[in-house]
Amino acid sequence: MTEDTLQDAVLTTRLDKVLGWARKYSLFNYPFVTACCGMEYMATSSSHYDTDRFGAVFPRFSPRQADLLMVVGTVNHKQAPVLKRIYDQMCEPKWVVAFGVCATSGGFYQNYATVPGVDCVIPVDMYIPGCPPRPETVIDALMKLQERIQGQKQALV
Amino acid sequence: MAGSPAAVVSAGALAGVLAFLKDDPETGFAFLMDLAAADYLKFPSPRPGRFAVSYQLYSPKLGARLCVKAYLPAENPSLPTASGLWAGADWFEREAWDMYGIRFEGHPNLKRILMYEEFEGHALRKDYPLGRMQPLVPMRDAIDYEKVRQQSRRASNPS
Repeated sequence: MTEDTLQDAVLTTRLDKVLGWARKYSLFNYPFVTACCGMEYMATSSSHYDTDRFGAVFPRFSPRQADLLMVVGTVNHKQAPVLKRIYDQMCEPKWVVAFGVCATSGGFYQNYATVPGVDCVIPVDMYIPGCPPRPETVIDALMKLQERIQGQKQALV
Repeated sequence: MAGSPAAVVSAGALAGVLAFLKDDPETGFAFLMDLAAADYLKFPSPRPGRFAVSYQLYSPKLGARLCVKAYLPAENPSLPTASGLWAGADWFEREAWDMYGIRFEGHPNLKRILMYEEFEGHALRKDYPLGRMQPLVPMRDAIDYEKVRQQSRRASNPS
């Protein structure tokens, strides 16, 4: 009976779905840029490739205002406590992208200084290959991350 | 530097030689371009000592370059600081201390410059193990490799 009255004026959905939709299209990212991948990050986020047209990835320069941490470049053991602290400062819900092979696995560094992948320090949701990755790869990863956010159980925090 | 003269001096004579090269009006090596250390632990031909420190000097007066090198023993390698002669030696010497453990006596602030204070040993010594890491944050066990292996097995032989 309600459906007859309201007809197309309303859409029904589940809370999880609508929260996922809202969250995936309002990602605010904090770029933790340490190395040459930063150039590719700039190329991807500025007007030519423009990640903002996906309703996502508007850079914020405080982790407290961000829900997506992008680790862009090589992280060494001296920096790891800083990265961990930045991650801890971010509010839930939050996601992490490892941008490029160094953030993913340490890349070609295997030595006393380099963390062999930031997932040794913080949990990572999406890994982007490449040295550095092309903007298309980054955008592909962001869209996959959005899909994942849409599909996940949304915590009400 | 290719083609430029080099001199090997004993560690004891080094301070006097450097002071002379810098201050004598006929030489005038006013610029310390670089200071480098090396570890000859596994070097094929025998050397007078395990470590070496080389000073790359430049004289604007003569337009000449000169390499001065001193060998040091494996135990407690140390040299007098050159930071009193060239202020630029300060950070070079800290780097040589950090990476090779060579002490520079009289240095105003001889502490690590690249690595963190908690780091043990000296990373560029040839006997520092290649894969030895000294993490400050406890490492997470990031990937469940057994689970990944099972998944890939399932993907390659679907039953």
